[in-house]
Amino acid sequence: MMLDNLLAPLRHLGHSTINAVWKLGVMSRFLLAIIAHSGQSLLRFQLTIREVYFAGVLSLIIIVVSGLFVGMVLGLQGYNTLSRFGSADALGALVALSLLRELGPVLAALLFASRSGSAMTAEIGLMKATEQLEAMSVMAVDPIARVVAPRFWAGVISMPILAALFNVMGIFGGYLVGVVMIGLDEGTFWSQMQNNVDLHFDVINGLIKSLFFGIAVTLIAVFEGFDATPTAAGVSSATTRTVVTSALVILALDFVLTAFMF
Amino acid sequence: MQNDSFIEFNRVSFGYGDRLILQDISLKIGRGQLVAIMGGSGSGKTTLLRLIAGQIRAQQGQVLVDGRDVGRMNQRELYQHRRRMGMLFQFGALFTDLPVFDNVAFPIREHTSLSPEMVRDLVLMKLHAVGLRGTEALMPAELSGGMSRRVALARAIALDPQIMLYDEPFTGLDPISLATIALLIKKLSDALGTSAVMVTHDVHKSLEIVDYVYFIAGGKIAAAGTPDEVRASDSPWVHQFVHGEADGPVHFAYPAQQSLAGSFGLEGA
Ligand SMILES: Nc1ncnc2c1ncn2[C@@H]1O[C@H](COP(=O)(O)OP(=O)(O)O)[C@@H](O)[C@H]1O
Ligand SMILES: [Mg+2]
Repeated sequence: MMLDNLLAPLRHLGHSTINAVWKLGVMSRFLLAIIAHSGQSLLRFQLTIREVYFAGVLSLIIIVVSGLFVGMVLGLQGYNTLSRFGSADALGALVALSLLRELGPVLAALLFASRSGSAMTAEIGLMKATEQLEAMSVMAVDPIARVVAPRFWAGVISMPILAALFNVMGIFGGYLVGVVMIGLDEGTFWSQMQNNVDLHFDVINGLIKSLFFGIAVTLIAVFEGFDATPTAAGVSSATTRTVVTSALVILALDFVLTAFMF
Repeated sequence: MQNDSFIEFNRVSFGYGDRLILQDISLKIGRGQLVAIMGGSGSGKTTLLRLIAGQIRAQQGQVLVDGRDVGRMNQRELYQHRRRMGMLFQFGALFTDLPVFDNVAFPIREHTSLSPEMVRDLVLMKLHAVGLRGTEALMPAELSGGMSRRVALARAIALDPQIMLYDEPFTGLDPISLATIALLIKKLSDALGTSAVMVTHDVHKSLEIVDYVYFIAGGKIAAAGTPDEVRASDSPWVHQFVHGEADGPVHFAYPAQQSLAGSFGLEGA
């Protein structure tokens, strides 16, 4: 009895671990299935383009606005701290490096997961709940090829572009605060940035990060939709899971990638 | 009668998990015939259609379509089999993000390489066949229940299938829409010579249009016959079903242990 109580949490831990590993395995197989069925999304590229519109273009507003504000906050906080050490000149470099290396890819991915990832899960889940996926497969059309793969590639394509846009808007926000509002020298702001940002090291690594995030978030989103219990409650909890899992995976993946890169 | 059977169930059993839904079912559907399978909700009617479409496989016995065992087909053969088959889903299952035109065009575009003009002609022809020309631009959400059922029907017949499966085509329709759908189903079977299985619990409309009826209850074939035989049947079970009586051999309450057919000595009927 006593022992049982002591072992219960352990058993619970073991159970969730096994579940997590099992899910990871199922997801890997799902990824392989998507890749195997990607011929159509590439041959009939307008299928993917349509999804790029839904996943990417509709996220533009939130990415642009958030990028701008994050850049402006970075400008304010950065100036505040840097000027204490008499190095306010380095504000341009600080803003650009923070965005390119970390904030751009991570925040854009978090926003993408909650805007487009959740929408993808809900859409696929609802198609499942209303028998649309089944109807498709009875019409001899594979839903993974026709519904899942185009959305997956659309997400993978959109994510780095959205992250890049986030960076551009963020840098512009930093410029607005640093140069236009506070009145730092414009030439210094930009040249400091140019001198301290390395194309390969900072820009490319940031893009690689967002590519990984794009794959992870979109895979989670389409998987949760496809795997959803085909009821209203099932779709809603799958949508929540997409956002929560994506956020955790993005942050964990960011740590791992950062450890390898920088 | 049905020597030239096109769809044949040969002692088929199927269950989800431990729960047996269909037990030892044998039935035959002749080429060009329209056959109804009747039974209460949850009696396994949709399951039976899924077995024909190959979405699930029989755990015992064989489901033969045109002499080939659907349960033994690989993915490629299954898709070939499904291309000759049209299915009308219980709730239509129209693609909600596509207008009527694209819904009907979907199977045509996926499986043929016809020019856009030919696709257009075909779609309009199918919509005409279900009496819905002029609705091409509407979205599924803008259609009434009866209309979306007919659009789904147009989509199901888009590639002139040899087999049609109807899952409760009459459920939730007003009397006029119901009569329209019934007429369409009858016309399609006669005109295209498709072999069709219609799963339903609407007895009267079905008896008017089908060639043969099977009743399933408790996972077994409880009774079978032509519409005339069914109307004349003295089986209390059939009588209750046909006349829609609440009390009779089938009780209002859920039978706890035994199968329905078993409790009325219809086992092996
Ligand atoms: N995917 C499934 N998993 C488990 N049980 C199911 C599944 N689909 C249907 N069932 C169960 O099987 C029984 C028969 O279902 P179904 O063939 O849909 O009945 P009907 O179409 O005659 O109303 C029902 O009791 C239903 O709850
Ligand atoms: Mg059903």
